Amino acid sequence: MSATTLSALAAQLKARQISSRELAQQYLDRIAALNPAINAFITLDAGKTLAEAAAADALIAAGQAGPLTGVPIAHKDIFCTDGWLTTCGSKMLHNFVAPYDAHVIQQFKAAGMPSLGKTNMDEFAMGSSNETSYFGAVKNPWNPAYVPGGSSGGAAACVAARMAPAATGTDTGGSIRQPAALCGITGLKPTYGLVSRYGMIAFASSLDQAGPMAPSAEDCALLLNVMTGFDPRDSTCLERDKEDYTRDLDKPLSGLRVGLPKEFFAEGLNNEVAAAVEAAVSELKKLGATTVEISLANSKLAIPVYYVLAPAEASSNLSRFDGVRYGYRAPEYGNLDDMYCKTRAQGFGAEVKRRILIGAYVLSHGYYDAYYLQAQKIRRLIAEDFSAAFKACDVILGPTAPGTAFKLGEKSDDPVEMYLNDLYTIPANLAGLPGMSLPCGFDSKGLPIGLQLVGDYFSEAKMLNVAHQYQRATDWHSRQPEDLK
Amino acid sequence: MSLSTDDVKRIARLARIETSDAEAQATQTQLNSIFELIATMQAVDTRGVAPMAHAQEVYQRLREDVATETDRRAAFQAIAPAVDNGLYLVPKVID
Repeated sequence: MSATTLSALAAQLKARQISSRELAQQYLDRIAALNPAINAFITLDAGKTLAEAAAADALIAAGQAGPLTGVPIAHKDIFCTDGWLTTCGSKMLHNFVAPYDAHVIQQFKAAGMPSLGKTNMDEFAMGSSNETSYFGAVKNPWNPAYVPGGSSGGAAACVAARMAPAATGTDTGGSIRQPAALCGITGLKPTYGLVSRYGMIAFASSLDQAGPMAPSAEDCALLLNVMTGFDPRDSTCLERDKEDYTRDLDKPLSGLRVGLPKEFFAEGLNNEVAAAVEAAVSELKKLGATTVEISLANSKLAIPVYYVLAPAEASSNLSRFDGVRYGYRAPEYGNLDDMYCKTRAQGFGAEVKRRILIGAYVLSHGYYDAYYLQAQKIRRLIAEDFSAAFKACDVILGPTAPGTAFKLGEKSDDPVEMYLNDLYTIPANLAGLPGMSLPCGFDSKGLPIGLQLVGDYFSEAKMLNVAHQYQRATDWHSRQPEDLK
Repeated sequence: MSLSTDDVKRIARLARIETSDAEAQATQTQLNSIFELIATMQAVDTRGVAPMAHAQEVYQRLREDVATETDRRAAFQAIAPAVDNGLYLVPKVID
């Protein structure tokens, strides 16, 4: 299948060169051929997909098509999807057929975009390699011996392998941007509060945010137009007027001030990644941008802060999985307490349990001030570094991850080593700022390299403008794995 | 500071996760390396810094006190591990 943009697909649908059913079938055929080796999907249901595509065709025939009506999309298995198995990558929800739609799913349904299936992910979105999924690891389409990143690894892999033209993801500490980088696609985590978390299975509620993943920034802008919007069912969803995120795509970059945080180019960064990011900076300069060195001095504390706050919130959020109302229940148990303890011991995987234990510990009596409160205070210092930086620049640029994809199993026995993958992505989550990753080259092993942009609150249109102009001047985002073409 | 196996078993108990002695020992090593990482934030002087709980300064919205949900008991109970007569079944709690 040729690489094709969402706007090109939508134009073909509107011109009746192809029907939504035919298009969905083409993607389902490609999934059937490639997914057994990649494992990007947990659930497929061709009947539902084709029925949704037929409904989209009816809308197109009736002249009621929106900008993306009929274009199919894959959804991360963290979004509750009415009538679809929604597992969150966990044995705990291996049998959970959601009885309602997440707001994000409703938005895509209202836009007439058929679902191609539910994508694989790290269990409860806790992981940076997709190896913690109960449904098996996802393989990187660029080299199946390597991880796709995580936690939205299935989403990133299915887009990279062109098994879907686009996918939804969620990002708590880098779970959209890091897999986008490792799989060579574009992904955007919006400003916290822009997309409703209703029906999105909670990990760390003050950090979780859903966003689009697709080959290009232009695609992401179109998807963001669909995903955003006020929803009173999420108490942290912001009441703002709808924006058109494509509005600034074609603006020239002259006068753009790009901030380069010195801490993001320091020790620990792989040389090939550094060289590719620096080449991207040169490209932006050619397009009229200027650079300024900035400092995010407290960002080095982002990982310790995150590994207090996110587990604390997770230990509370995941207390709902008790074997009473939905999901897994241990087959044998004594009293009620024993049922809880056995259900949770058997239903959760090792990484999820570790994080629940960290959370329970940092919130327990006698440790709250030393850990939780201290982490919240440093969170403010990290956010203040960003506010100061945005006085001197319009957008912050750096690497998305310290290296390219690593081998399956290489880091799975060492949690701390795994956590360090999110060194550059976590600060934006803690501050609630929008961040995106876009492809900017390949290493000597042929694995993709990701470039990260972090913008000020609500500056998604500007970030997409920068990314789109860069993608007009380069072709990294349109490259595909040679043997999957 | 580091966690003992008993600490691990105590927090696992708080979190209602059954943990064998062997599991607690394996978990102890991993948790201690994570807490070593976390400990680096203890050196930061945060006197006078207000804790940040949330990315945006938002306040709880209020709404009219009217029912907004429809009755979907049957749909929700259809996915429960054990129900009877509209009730969720669990082991006996009160004798």
